[in-house]
Amino acid sequence: MKKRQTTNVKRLTSTIDIDHTAKLANLDLSPAEKKTFDAQLGKVLDYINKLNEVDTKDVLPIDQITSVQNVTREDMPTPSLSQDDALKNAPRTYNGFFEVDAVFEKNNPE
Amino acid sequence: MSNSKYQPVIGLEVHIELSTQSKMFCTCSADYFTKEPNTHTCPVCLGLPGALPVPNKKAIEWCVMIGLVLNCQIPLFSKFDRKNYFYPDLAKGYQISQYDKPFCVNGSITLSNGKKIGINRAHMEEDTGKLTHATIDGKRVSLIDFNRSGVPLVEIVTEPDFESAQEATEYLKYLQRIVRYLGVSNADMEKGDMRLEPNISLRKVRDIREVKKVQKVTQVAQELPPYKVEVKNINSFKFVEKAINYELERQSELLDKGQTPVQETRGWNEQKQVTLSQRSKEEAHDYRYFPEPDLPPLSFDHAYIQGLKEKLPELPDAKLKRFAKQYRLSLYDAQILTRDRNLADYFEEAAKAAKVHDIDAKQIANNIINKKPDIEKILPATFVEQIYETSQVATIPSEKLDKIVQDVLAKNIQAVEDYKKGKENVIMFLVGQVMNNIPEKVDANLIKKNIEDLLK
Amino acid sequence: MIDTTALTIQETCSLIASKQIKTVELTHSFLDRAKKLNSKLNAFITICEEIALKQAEKIDDLISDNQSLGPLAGIPVGIKDLYLTKGIKTTAGSKVLENYIPVYDSTSIARLKEANVVIIGKTNLDAWGHGSSGENSDFGPTKNPYDLTRVPGGSSSGSAAAVVSDMCLAAFGTDTGSSVRLPAAFCNLVGLKPTYGRVSRYGVIAMASSLDSIGHFTKTVYDNALVLNVTAGYDPRDSTTSQDKVSDYTKDIQKGVNGLKIGLPREYFKDLDKDIKKITMDAVKKLENAGASIQEVSLPHTQYAVATYYIIQPSEVSSNLARYDGIRFGFARDKFGQEAKRRIILGTFTLSSGYYDAYYLKAMKVRRLIKEDFNNVFKKVDILICPTSPSLPFKLGEKVNNPLQMYLSDIFVVSQNLAGVPSLSVPCGFIRNLPVGMQIVGPHFSEKLLYQAGYTYEQETKWYERKPKMGN
Repeated sequence: MKKRQTTNVKRLTSTIDIDHTAKLANLDLSPAEKKTFDAQLGKVLDYINKLNEVDTKDVLPIDQITSVQNVTREDMPTPSLSQDDALKNAPRTYNGFFEVDAVFEKNNPE
Repeated sequence: MSNSKYQPVIGLEVHIELSTQSKMFCTCSADYFTKEPNTHTCPVCLGLPGALPVPNKKAIEWCVMIGLVLNCQIPLFSKFDRKNYFYPDLAKGYQISQYDKPFCVNGSITLSNGKKIGINRAHMEEDTGKLTHATIDGKRVSLIDFNRSGVPLVEIVTEPDFESAQEATEYLKYLQRIVRYLGVSNADMEKGDMRLEPNISLRKVRDIREVKKVQKVTQVAQELPPYKVEVKNINSFKFVEKAINYELERQSELLDKGQTPVQETRGWNEQKQVTLSQRSKEEAHDYRYFPEPDLPPLSFDHAYIQGLKEKLPELPDAKLKRFAKQYRLSLYDAQILTRDRNLADYFEEAAKAAKVHDIDAKQIANNIINKKPDIEKILPATFVEQIYETSQVATIPSEKLDKIVQDVLAKNIQAVEDYKKGKENVIMFLVGQVMNNIPEKVDANLIKKNIEDLLK
Repeated sequence: MIDTTALTIQETCSLIASKQIKTVELTHSFLDRAKKLNSKLNAFITICEEIALKQAEKIDDLISDNQSLGPLAGIPVGIKDLYLTKGIKTTAGSKVLENYIPVYDSTSIARLKEANVVIIGKTNLDAWGHGSSGENSDFGPTKNPYDLTRVPGGSSSGSAAAVVSDMCLAAFGTDTGSSVRLPAAFCNLVGLKPTYGRVSRYGVIAMASSLDSIGHFTKTVYDNALVLNVTAGYDPRDSTTSQDKVSDYTKDIQKGVNGLKIGLPREYFKDLDKDIKKITMDAVKKLENAGASIQEVSLPHTQYAVATYYIIQPSEVSSNLARYDGIRFGFARDKFGQEAKRRIILGTFTLSSGYYDAYYLKAMKVRRLIKEDFNNVFKKVDILICPTSPSLPFKLGEKVNNPLQMYLSDIFVVSQNLAGVPSLSVPCGFIRNLPVGMQIVGPHFSEKLLYQAGYTYEQETKWYERKPKMGN
C-alpha cells in the first residue's frame, strides 16, 4: 500500500488532464481558466520536456542542497499560542473550535 | 473460517501515538487529551504561513526502537516525505510522513502457533487535528481542534501473512504489550493511542493447488488476490476481530457467487455489526509523495543503532523465559507476571525482599497472582511482610496446634457445652483462649477451623 | 540641509551615531517620500507610519541614553510582504491573505527588530513570489523608477523600487529563482541571493522550500554586507539553516581581487544580447585590471536549468499553497490569482501518479548534475561572473499573456537556486538609460568573497550614484 501507483507509468506529454488535476489541487477552475491553462501549460510542458534529452541513467536524484543532515531537537515542550491567537484570523469559529461546513465523517460512514 | 474453499489473506496497519512530551515537529505539548480545544497549537502544527518543522529526536529514537523490537532492519539513510491531500483536519494540506526510506524495514515476529509474520515497515509521521460534528443553529457543521495536530505517530505495516482474526488479535496484543514495555506509548485504545486498520482478502485454495503443479511453490505463496478491502481506524481489538470475520464471510459469499469483491475502504459499524463502504474515500488516492524539502535527510551510523539496542528493556518473551528459569515458575505464572512490565518489576522487587524471610519466589508469585495486590499502593516489601505474617501460622506443626486446642477445650467444658447447644459465637472465646497459649501471632481462621473440626 | 534619503546606510549610521540626525526626523523624511512616491510606483502595499515612528522614538531614547545599538539602528527598511510581521498585515501580494495579521514574526524580522531597524512598510510583489516582473501582484504592478512604463523585475518588485527611489535604505526580498537579483539588475541595486541555508526561512511565506533564499537590496555592496551580518546564521526553527560560523561580511571588504580567479561560463555569453555582453565584459575587464585572472569555463547543463526549475518549483509551490484553505486564516482558494493557479496545476501534475518519474524525479536528477557543474567549476576558479538578465527591463504588459516567455526571463538566475550557491547582483552600467546588472557567483557560503569582488568593482564605477529622475 506504500507503493506508488505506477502501474501505468506515463511518458512525457503535452497535455494535462486539467479537470482531474484541479480536483487533486482542490481548485475550482472556470471553463475559461481551464481553456487558457490548457493552452499555456501545453507550451510549458513542451519546453520542460527537453529534460528528456539529458542522460540520467546513472544519476541519483539530489537529496539535499548544502550538506546539512541529521537535524533534530530535544523533546522539550514550550508554551503554545493562546486559544485567542490560534483562532484570531479564522473566518468561522465556535466555542474555541474552527468551524467548517459539515464534512463527511471519516469513522462513521452513515 | 469455516469455509475451506478460500484462504484468508490479512494484513494490518497500526498507528501508534507516541507519548513524547512535545509534538513531532514543534515544541507544543503533546499531552492534548481532554484539553481545551486549540490551546496546544503553534504556527507549525496550525500550518500557519511561513512555519517550518523541526523533528523530535526522541520520537525518532522511539520509532527505531519499536522497529528493533520487531526485528526490523534500520537503513542507514532515511528521510521524510510529504503526503499531499486535502481534509479540514490536516492543517498544512500535507502530512509529513515517510515514503520510500522509512526508519525500519523488513522485520518479523513469530506467533504462538509458530507462524512468522512479516513486518513490511515501521515509519514516523504526524497526527492530524480532530474533527467533531455538530448542528449549530440548524446547520450541520464540523468543528476542528488542532491540539492533536502534529503529535508523533508510528505506523507499522505487516505483510498480509495473517490467516485468521485470532492471529491478527494476537499480534495486536503483542504490539500493545511491547510498546508499553518500551514505555513509548500508553497504547490506550480508548484514547486513540492505537488505531487499527486490517486489510482483508481471500484467495481460492483451489487455485493454489492447480498452480502448484506447474509453478514453484514460493511463487504461489506470493500471489495475492486481485483486490483488497481495508477497514479503517478501528479502536478495539474486539472490533478488529468482528470486522475481519464479517469481511471473510461477506467476501466468501461474493466469491461463491462468482463475483470479485470491490477494492475499497470500509468502516466497522458497531451498532449494525457490519462493515460499510466509505464512498467518499473511494476515489483513487494520489498522495503525490515527494521528499520534504524543509527537513534534511537523516543518516544513522552503527553506533547510534547499537546504542538504541542497548537501551532496549528486557522484552516480554525474554522476561518470561527468565522468570520461568530463574524463579522456577510455571509458564502460566510467568506469563501472567510478564504481561505488564510494572507487574513484572513488582514481582521481582517482592521476590528480592522475600529473601530476608526465606520465602520462596514461587510463593510470592502465587500470592501476587491470587491476591492481586494494588501495585500502585502497596510497596513490594510491605506485601512481602503481609505474606510473612500469614505464613507464620502454617509453620506451626499441626500436632502442636492440635495439642493446644485439645487442652483448651478440656479446660472450658461449659463453653464447649454452650457451643454444642447452638451458641455458635462462643467459638470466638475459645479461639482467643487458644491464641493466648501460642507465643507467635497466628491466623485466627485456622484455629477456628481446627476447633470446629474437633467439635463436630 | 542634506537630503538624508539619498544617503547610504554606511553614511546614515554615522550621522545617527554622532547624533547629527534624530531617528524620528529621518523616519519622517522617508515616510513622507514613501507616501508621496507610492502613488506613482506602487512599491508599498502597507506603509506602517505609526509603528515606524514609535520605533524611531524608542531608538532615539536609547541613543540619548548612550546605548550602543549596532550599525543598523534607526535605518529605515522595506519588507517584502512575504515576511510575517507580527501585528502588521502580511498579504503575500494575494487577495487570499488580504486581511491577514500574523501572530508571530519571521526570524529575519525578529533579528532586524533586535538590530533596531525601522520598518517603513511592507512592499509589493508578484503574489506568493510568482513572477519576474511584479505584474502578478493582486494589488497592482510596481513601476520601474527609471522608466515608469517598464517593469522593475520581480518578484521582489516593491522592495527594489523602494530602495532605488529612496523610500528606504534597504529592503528585504526572497529569491527562489530570480526574485532578488532580477529586480536588483533592473533597478540599479545590489541584490544578494545568499547560499541556501545561510539565512533562516522561518516565518517567510514559502514559495518553493528547497530553492527559497532570503536576500536583500541595498544601494551599495558595503551596505549589503552590513545587512547580511544581521540576518545570516543558524536558526533552530529552520532545519535547513547551516550551523557554519557566520563571518563579519564587512571585514576585509576592501581586500581587492588581486590573484582572484574569475570564470566566465561560456553558456551564459553564447547568444547574449551584444550590448549586454559588451557592458558585462567591460566590467570583467575592470576586475582584470584590478589583478584578477579571467578564464572561460563551462557549466554544461545550463540550458536545462529553466526546465528543471519549472518542474521542481511548481511542484513545491503546489504543496506549499495547500494550507491556504480559508479555514484557519485567509480567504478560500478561489481567491488565488491566475499565476498561482497555473503553478498549482502544473506542480500538482508533475507530482501526480504516473508522471512523477518523468517529471519530478527526472528534474531532481538533472538538478544534481547542475549542482555538480558548479562543484566542478569551483575547482578551477574562485568566482563566476555572468549577466543577471538576458534583456533590459521590459515593458509592462509585454509578457503577461505568455507565461513561457516570462519564465524564460529567469534563464540566467535559476541555476544558482538549483545549486544552492550564493549570487550577488551588482549594477554594471546603463544601456539606453536602463540599468544592467551582473552576477558574481561563488561556492556555498562564499558571500564574503562575493562582497570583496563586488566592492572592488563598485569602487571603480559607483553606478549607484546614477539615480532615477523621480523628482522630489
